[in-house]
Amino acid sequence: MAGILVYALHYEGAFNKNSLGAVAEAARLASELGTEAHAIVVGEGVSDDLAGQLGGYGAAKVFKVEGPEGLSQPVVDAMAKVMTDNGHDYALFGGGLLGFEIGAGLAARIGAGVTMEVTSVSVDGGKLVAERPILGDSSISESRYKGKGIIIGRLNAFEVPASNGGTAAVETVDVEFSPWSTKAKMVQRGEQRGADVDIEGADVLIAGGRGLGKPEGFDQLQDLAGAFGGNSAVAATRAVVDAGWYPYAAQIGQTGKTVAPKLYLAAGISGAIQHKVGMQSSENIVAINKDSNAPIFEFSDLGIVGDLNKIVPKLIEAVKAKKGS
Amino acid sequence: MKICVLVKEVPDAAVTKRIDPSTGRLDRGGEKNLNPYDTHAIEAAMQLKEGGEVQVDEIIAVTMGPGSAVRALHKAVSLGADRSVHLSDDALAGSDVAATGYALAQTLKRESPDLVLLGQQSDDGECYTIGAVVADHLQMPSLTQVIKMDVSDGGLRCERQAEYGYDTVQVELPAVISVGDAINEPRYPSLKAIMGAKKKPLDALGTGDVEIDASRVGTDGSQVECGNFKAPPAKSAGLIIEDEDTNETVEKIVAWLDERKLI
Repeated sequence: MAGILVYALHYEGAFNKNSLGAVAEAARLASELGTEAHAIVVGEGVSDDLAGQLGGYGAAKVFKVEGPEGLSQPVVDAMAKVMTDNGHDYALFGGGLLGFEIGAGLAARIGAGVTMEVTSVSVDGGKLVAERPILGDSSISESRYKGKGIIIGRLNAFEVPASNGGTAAVETVDVEFSPWSTKAKMVQRGEQRGADVDIEGADVLIAGGRGLGKPEGFDQLQDLAGAFGGNSAVAATRAVVDAGWYPYAAQIGQTGKTVAPKLYLAAGISGAIQHKVGMQSSENIVAINKDSNAPIFEFSDLGIVGDLNKIVPKLIEAVKAKKGS
Repeated sequence: MKICVLVKEVPDAAVTKRIDPSTGRLDRGGEKNLNPYDTHAIEAAMQLKEGGEVQVDEIIAVTMGPGSAVRALHKAVSLGADRSVHLSDDALAGSDVAATGYALAQTLKRESPDLVLLGQQSDDGECYTIGAVVADHLQMPSLTQVIKMDVSDGGLRCERQAEYGYDTVQVELPAVISVGDAINEPRYPSLKAIMGAKKKPLDALGTGDVEIDASRVGTDGSQVECGNFKAPPAKSAGLIIEDEDTNETVEKIVAWLDERKLI
């Protein structure tokens, strides 16, 4: 049976949104292939109730494996065993760090082809074909698999439907982990750094990147968000979050949050693909950057080539004046 | 301790990249550079060597690629690597991610490193994957996208940002670690190091030297076929304003926002 196996990442009793999208996408593709979509959950003490919820998104069966959470190699062991024992031809992942790690390791283990950052999957001649944007999204490449295929979606590539309330059969699988898989141990998972910031619900997001030059640059962005008033917030890129300039909770992108505000104003952000995936659905994108070659100008609705330190203070005053009128 | 750093020659970020229609592969002509993320991996190796918490005997830069990739190795050596290894063979052309990872792993086996470091991604698009592929072939623990790394309990204590916040993971050696650009600020090579780079030992190897099964590499040995390139759905180009008079620029921004009822 040429089934599709989906890795479902979960944390504190809830499944990752991108994983649910991947399950639903696998169910759609499996139906076209005349086969079934299955899911696999790896974790400590995962209940059958939680695992079975994946049935609501289209999984016919869920394989449940007792093992460490948040690390990739035990999942590679588990998926390799389940795919081999059950004859799955394809593995599908939602976007995110663990999908990349697990998918790549799994490709090495089972001798499969792997495609990452996939935005669309279709069926052709009884096989899956994946589409992936390349060269800074200037072209789309098609991947076809000679044998087994591993497809890792781009964040939010697969739509997440509401659960239909169905439940899947849950099968517990014992996995003997590879000796090297047990040599990485999670000391602390999911540590939050910095205060909570609600950026997902904001209508106007002012986002800052490394081009701000210093952490104090965010004070200015706060003032700009304040000038817009109402439902406005400040967000950040991964680079500045990693540098400790702004809290992780406000990070946009591949390992941060995905947003779609009415206005996204990017200040000093180059527009790397990892950032783009988190904000490209914004209704209006305005970018201010000194570098006229910055990729962000390729997908901005309004691009300002200039020094944000000159522009932002005057923009704050102009927005305040406009709002006051 | 012996550290191998995987490096890659990539097209310069400023050069427009394109697909060669005759081969269906990335056109690798034009200016090339050492993948910027790999400079962070070399710096991480240098900081372990200089940190004194563990004795680092040797840092070796390893690459797979055509003849021109030697320049990336020279750059890696000028940044601190003691010597370099260059795997180059016509049989490797067209290798996909899994085949490339296999070939690199076979090359690394020859060195028996205690630690393999690499940048988390390459500028030309192989996203985040090589480290995990190499680790599986070498049967070593692996962690990607690491932004902090300390010697601890005979291994490494690593931090990285993941889906739900920051993870701290203790990894036993030997291991494969890919690093992000927040891990350090790479040093600039000294003029002396640049001048001396070509004199440091460089092993040029082919597939026969590292026991690579030719049926597992190259176009034929790759499990995924890429092609049928097409343009993405067209999006109308945005308006670009060069800021010459800031007052005027700001007026234009406000008018643009006002027109769309965003203000």
